[in-house]
Amino acid sequence: MSADRYSVFSLLREALRGQTGWKPAWRDAAPQSAYDIIIVGGGGHGLATAFYLASRYGAKKVAVVERGWIGGGNVGRNTTIIRSNYLLPGNVPFYEQSMQLWEGLEQDINYNAMVSQRGVLNLFHSDAQRNAYVRRGNSMRLQGIDAELLDQTAVRAMLPFLDYANARFPILGGLLQKRGGTARHDAVAWGYARAADRLGVDIIQNCEVTGITIEQGRAVGIDTTRGAIRAGKIGLACAGNSSRVAALAGLRLPIESHVLQAFVSEGLKPFIDGVITFGAGHFYISQSDKGGLVFGGDIDGYNSYASRGNMPVIEDVCESGMALMPRIGRVRMLRHWGGVMDMSMDGSPIIDRTPIDGLYLNAGWCYGGFKATPASGLCFAHLLARDEPHPVGTLLRLDRFARGAVVDEKGVGAQPNLH
Amino acid sequence: MRIPCVCCGDRGVDEFSYLGDATRHRPTDGGAVPTAAWSDYVYLRDNPAGPHKELWYHGSGCRSWLVVTRDTRTHAILGVALARDVALARDAS
Repeated sequence: MSADRYSVFSLLREALRGQTGWKPAWRDAAPQSAYDIIIVGGGGHGLATAFYLASRYGAKKVAVVERGWIGGGNVGRNTTIIRSNYLLPGNVPFYEQSMQLWEGLEQDINYNAMVSQRGVLNLFHSDAQRNAYVRRGNSMRLQGIDAELLDQTAVRAMLPFLDYANARFPILGGLLQKRGGTARHDAVAWGYARAADRLGVDIIQNCEVTGITIEQGRAVGIDTTRGAIRAGKIGLACAGNSSRVAALAGLRLPIESHVLQAFVSEGLKPFIDGVITFGAGHFYISQSDKGGLVFGGDIDGYNSYASRGNMPVIEDVCESGMALMPRIGRVRMLRHWGGVMDMSMDGSPIIDRTPIDGLYLNAGWCYGGFKATPASGLCFAHLLARDEPHPVGTLLRLDRFARGAVVDEKGVGAQPNLH
Repeated sequence: MRIPCVCCGDRGVDEFSYLGDATRHRPTDGGAVPTAAWSDYVYLRDNPAGPHKELWYHGSGCRSWLVVTRDTRTHAILGVALARDVALARDAS
């Protein structure tokens, strides 16, 4: 066991030494002139990719370059929900792989990510919606994922404070995934960064990519604000800025960037155990360990890189919350934030090679990037290391739109502002 | 965010619906055969960080279709025109 491994003994040792022996969790690496693999984007997905590349695929010279600082992007701007209650063949195995990785994450990276499987309950409010959830639950159980259909009595016993007398949107029941829950978003970024760093990955912060060098049709390096870096392979994991960075290599993507707002209330005593979603509108809520209600709703619905939203969506989210649980009406909102989402045209992600040799893409995470973090990293690492898709990510291809093979989870087609 | 509608003046964004990029042009071949031009039109986007020409519908006002030029980094509105006028000007040129 190396000296910088976190454990109950290291906690005890530092407690007795006045907390003087802790080292930085990762090195502040300076860019070298060349790497085997460069990951552009030091968010959850980029760091997870680097970690799995080093830990499972034995990659040696790997760097993550990040424009700002680790954890300053969307991984620090979300509502921390993890779940795998998906419907379609392209998504179900992928998100279940992610769920299984969450379950072993803290042991894998030796970091407390506060993974808490408190359950995710999707409520339904009409017969048609119940049928849709029965179908979704069956699809999940057929593929070995836990799903439980609750009737109104069961939901009422679990969450007595919801508004069951709502004339317009009566709560008839819900689909429960008990293994779903939440994880601490910052700890996920820091934990992956530390674990990757321990395996020799260079994490280069404050290093914005300003160009992608292409020689004879092959991507061979990047220009950055800290100099040019050569690379054997380049993986883009840039979340909201996917289109901008891909444009440096002359690529257009089936992606629009939209802003998604989320909210935290003042701290309250614990009363919401798991994650609850309101089926009659887009609203989801959980309670953090500090007691704040964490909730969100739809994207603002128009292209934006602003990292801030507008009032109509705030109003809509609060209306949905009030329709679901009128008791939160007197709770004060503490803060809210907006993250830039790379909304793909079918609402599902893309992990694939690009038409340019040596350039790989991990993008299109829409609302769902956080829960996907471990599997996204694993699949992208597999693709970068082996040049073929990971078995659970074979349908998440870039050319699926042109081929008519979209993974249209929400069934709203090529309208990113409706996903 | 407020949008200065050509007909109604400065109005709140919740009066409008968004349709997306106004610079794309539908191929004119009827679409019986799938082509690269069609998949580009339906799926690919420039998605710029900066000025962006986009279609907005003033459904709670004059019901006009507008072409709004907006900076996607700041939400600043740089210009508004009737979509009809934009289309006529394009066809004339």
